[in-house]
Amino acid sequence: MTSKFDRSQSHRPQSYNNQYVSRDIKDGLRDALPIMAAIVPFGAVFGAVAIDSGLDFQEMLVTSLSIYAAASQYVMIDLMGQSLPVWSIVLAVFAVNFRHVLYSASIGRKMTLFSPFQKACAFFLLVDPQFAASETRAATVGLRPAYYFSYAAVIYITWIASNCVGALFGSLIENPATYGLDFILPLYFTGLVAGFHKRPNFILVLLVSGGVALLTYFTIGSPWHITLGGIAGLIVAAAQSRPPQKNNPEKNNSDRNILENAHEDGTGLEEGTANA
Amino acid sequence: MHDNTYLIILACAVVTYMTRIGGHMILSRFGSPHYRVEAALEAVPTAVLTALVAPSLLNQGPAEALSIIIAGAVALRGSLMMSVAAGLVSLVALRFVLG
Repeated sequence: MTSKFDRSQSHRPQSYNNQYVSRDIKDGLRDALPIMAAIVPFGAVFGAVAIDSGLDFQEMLVTSLSIYAAASQYVMIDLMGQSLPVWSIVLAVFAVNFRHVLYSASIGRKMTLFSPFQKACAFFLLVDPQFAASETRAATVGLRPAYYFSYAAVIYITWIASNCVGALFGSLIENPATYGLDFILPLYFTGLVAGFHKRPNFILVLLVSGGVALLTYFTIGSPWHITLGGIAGLIVAAAQSRPPQKNNPEKNNSDRNILENAHEDGTGLEEGTANA
Repeated sequence: MHDNTYLIILACAVVTYMTRIGGHMILSRFGSPHYRVEAALEAVPTAVLTALVAPSLLNQGPAEALSIIIAGAVALRGSLMMSVAAGLVSLVALRFVLG
């Protein structure tokens, strides 16, 4: 089982542990702080709703500790109230959480510095903001375990603690809409998406994913807009992609032409290297 | 409420964990992926997060839609913190102005 997780552990630099840990922890905490403000009201409402719909405190706590996926926890609570068969509740949760398969495939490749055990734990904690922040981190300074887990600790503890507050003092919760807190998560995800604007075909992927998601949302309905919109964007990105240069039989030829023409046409060399 | 509450909770937890580790498990069975798969994976953050947010653009109201556009525009130049702050300030202001 362990060999599947990590094939690159032997590449781990010896100096990793000392050199980066404190900066990674600091950055992880710093990046997680802004969305604490969004999680607290959201989590408190979940705690209150769970108790309201008939779970006792311990059941609510086990739900959040073991599932740790806000949207699907709401779905589960909602369906449990309707006394549906177990399999249909589990299937609905699977549908809401299907996007994580894509997150996992994408971020898993960037966990080269994680041990097998660290990976197993990391995937348990792979919620939406965790994925988005980790992708951003991987694209800038590289994703290391200390960053991942310090960020995760803030989100996980905040989620659980706010659930407990909501469950205990549900009736005292103010309407989060008063301060716009109900809308922080969409804003946060929007900011993160815009941060990926240098990736290939960004605008095209954005328009196709958004368009298909809206179409699905208003026809088939939630939560299918996430998976169908997401997959539509991936298909477009795959269709637009070009084979890497090294598999291109014309490469050697064009390299020679570029070198020959470089002094005449300054753009030739840049074009050759940009796609390499 | 249900008779077997803990069974449901645990089954949901297992299914959720499977989705979170599954993509990586499937992918790591194959060697280096085909370039089209590579391109698709590169697009996952943009595609899935956009699909996640898209309904918020239309199902809330003009204040919410405008604040999302403002947050996105600010994030193109500024930091993530600035983007969320700008979106939040404009949301509260627009909700006040537009009622």
